[in-house]
Amino acid sequence: MFGSWFDYTVNGLIIGNIYALLAVGLALIFGVSNLINFAHGSVYTIGAYIGWTCITYLHTPLPVTMLVVIAGCALLGLAIERICLRPLQNAPQIAPLLATIGISFVLDQLVQMIFSPDPRALPMQLPDWRIPLGRGTIGSLDLLIAAIGVASAAVLFSFLRFTKLGWAVRATALDREAAQQMGVDVNAVNRTVFAIASALGGISGLLVGMYYNDISPAMSFQATLKGIVAQVIGGVGNVPGAIAGSLLLGLIESWGVALFGTSYRNLFAFLFLILILVLRPNGLFSSARRHPPEPMTGTFIAPSRPFRAPRFSLAALAGLALALPLVVHAPYLLQTLTNAWIYALLALSLTLVAGTAGQVSLGHAGLLAIGAYASALLAIDLGTPIVLAILAAGLITAVLGTALVYPAFRLRGHYLSIATLGIGEIVALTILNWESLTRGPIGISAIPPLSLFGLPLESAEAIYWFALVVVLALAMLQTRLLRSHLGRTLRAVRDDDVAARAYGIAPNRYKTLAFAFGGFVAGIGGAITAHLYSYINHETFTSEISILALTMVILGGMGNVLGALLGALALIGLPELFRVTAEYRVLIYGVTLLLLIRFRPQGLLGTV
Amino acid sequence: MPALLEARGVIRRFGGLTAVDRIDLDVAEGELVSIIGPNGAGKTTLFNLLTGLDQLDGGTIAFAGHEIAGLAPERIAGLGMARTFQHGRVFANLSVLDNVLAGAHTRLRAVRPALPLVGAVAELMLALVRPPAVVAEERALRAEALEILALFGDRLVPRADHATHSLSYANRRRVEIARALALRPRLLLLDEPTAGMNPTETAEMLGLVRQLKARGLTILLIEHKLDMVMLLSDRVVVMDDGVKLAEGPPAAVRSDPAVIEAYLGHRGVGAAAMPLEPVT
Repeated sequence: MFGSWFDYTVNGLIIGNIYALLAVGLALIFGVSNLINFAHGSVYTIGAYIGWTCITYLHTPLPVTMLVVIAGCALLGLAIERICLRPLQNAPQIAPLLATIGISFVLDQLVQMIFSPDPRALPMQLPDWRIPLGRGTIGSLDLLIAAIGVASAAVLFSFLRFTKLGWAVRATALDREAAQQMGVDVNAVNRTVFAIASALGGISGLLVGMYYNDISPAMSFQATLKGIVAQVIGGVGNVPGAIAGSLLLGLIESWGVALFGTSYRNLFAFLFLILILVLRPNGLFSSARRHPPEPMTGTFIAPSRPFRAPRFSLAALAGLALALPLVVHAPYLLQTLTNAWIYALLALSLTLVAGTAGQVSLGHAGLLAIGAYASALLAIDLGTPIVLAILAAGLITAVLGTALVYPAFRLRGHYLSIATLGIGEIVALTILNWESLTRGPIGISAIPPLSLFGLPLESAEAIYWFALVVVLALAMLQTRLLRSHLGRTLRAVRDDDVAARAYGIAPNRYKTLAFAFGGFVAGIGGAITAHLYSYINHETFTSEISILALTMVILGGMGNVLGALLGALALIGLPELFRVTAEYRVLIYGVTLLLLIRFRPQGLLGTV
Repeated sequence: MPALLEARGVIRRFGGLTAVDRIDLDVAEGELVSIIGPNGAGKTTLFNLLTGLDQLDGGTIAFAGHEIAGLAPERIAGLGMARTFQHGRVFANLSVLDNVLAGAHTRLRAVRPALPLVGAVAELMLALVRPPAVVAEERALRAEALEILALFGDRLVPRADHATHSLSYANRRRVEIARALALRPRLLLLDEPTAGMNPTETAEMLGLVRQLKARGLTILLIEHKLDMVMLLSDRVVVMDDGVKLAEGPPAAVRSDPAVIEAYLGHRGVGAAAMPLEPVT
């Protein structure tokens, strides 16, 4: 018994070692720019692919391969700094974070298009000797990874402590503007740090690829997530903390696997993330100091004068949309629009939560998943009539979604965003692992189709009308909510929660109401999807959908109900109508997000 | 009869620094008390402690018969304490009118029934369904909010629908006071209401505060413009380095040697030399 625990511990430390390489880069970038770089995993993936290209086509020896990877990824880091950070220095803190999400979409998609989505073998270039340890072994690559991790941390530490540029980096981290006043070239500091961190990220991608002898474009997002989790555990921006946090994360995952099995690995990681965020948001190794009360932190609301459409024109638009199937008999068009209406439900939900209440959620697809599973299981296992099942799914999502995110309500800005990202992953992983209820990895098939009072809705027209009526009803309900005292109360919490509390507004109560209403809307969206697709599994509602929803919401204008509908229509409808293939579509979403944040943060119709 | 606000031995430490050091403070119903003192004296920290935005390290605060030390700010606001902020914290993306209505949040009754557990759900439902009582309440509050805006002459009324981020600094400060009045406070805390205002605007503000006092509103005022303090206050409390230096009627405080020293740094200067506005 002891022996196997020892093996799991060694294994955990080896994995933690790998996370450390990622987390150190992330910590360094956060240290100088207060930015959580969501593109770090993409750099890591690209590092692995640069290495693969060198080895496969040029047959380079390991040191040369590493040099090429370092150079390539450092250049990439410079580009990311130039695109995501520098133009957005005076924007809200969450803006560069969203920009790095956009660029990671673009980079991942490019990798996938160039190298195909299939995994590839990355041959190991080190002598294959291993030291037996317990029942397992430690190989030369493990030692190299550990050595690079420790060495880079040591070099970084002495760079920050003892060199003049290191001083500048630390001064910039403490107060960018003051450093600038003192003659520090802040942009040069940022460039340096992005280059170093990205080079480190690329090397980790190469080594991890060799370690598993397997690389694929899909490794990017997981790497980003794990790096961020490790970093949060150690304290964001804390380089030694990031290493300790990574080792701890590796150990916890490994022990979790020992206790429950492999599929629980990530569940443990994200539960641990939420636990740390809620209990010690500054990490295990920093004091639990409260965040300074600053107004507008973390909200992504660009001041604007929202476009107000006159009532009759809205009624006319709704009438046109309802009359469309009578005029146009193209099932393909109607199916596309139906799809857009379902996404519009998600966008409505997110525009309330992220726009009106200012809680930028990056895990909103989790609500769709809850709604879809609730409705599908109610219909199949209990034989609930479909309409009732959909309504019940909305309520279940409202309650469950709010309960899941409630512990994170004390977090602000990007901490809340990371927590919601983690919660979204937890939902998917719970679905995967709770086999007795959700059928686990097999998913749910043969979900009964949509029907209204026993009459199945089969034609494209009927399904279109059903989705459209639901969207219109919920959009009107949300507009009514925004025009009540809740509209101004939620926006007051968003604009300045300290002042709101001083005026008797309990922020948690109103965040709860926003998530409950938003959960209801998204849950209904998920439920309709389930009955439409007839098959769902834990991968139906990916985190890509969460980001797509956020792009829709920013495109339309945060908090803007009409904007949410427009955003969904534009991002689902237009690519479909122009027959853009799926891979270019993701590229378009990433570029759209980037351009919006940079040039039109208030969206098309303006923030409310 | 106990005073409306009774603070006893209030302490707040930041690391090694004692920002507020055993302060006693009484404010009686209908009184206007000013707190003066150099920057960093602990005045705003004291406000933060009174309103629950900061936690005290010692002492007690009683307000309207309730012990409020340790209560959440939203509870204290519910008891009838409203404040403005030194640097202005309006809800920037809300219209002027919505800012004022948000200030009346604690007075919403019809739409916020005092029900345990289901209160929040009931509030959501009532806001969506809007029975006549809720509509009437909202309408009455809107009318009242417009009346409050009218207190500021034509400064705010024509801008009632403008987003507050588009307002001038002075107008944003006015919005804050309007928002505080909408709470119908039993005690109004004003943190430097004339900061950044020119002499005309300051005179206007003086007139407004005097008008509020005449209506019987109890006010606790932090102010650097001493001529205004002298004209308005029933009592003046002088703070420096977290401690209370002096307390009394304006005339007595004005000639107190300890106060003069705190402001000018040395003794032997006549009361007349006391600066009207310390260099900040």
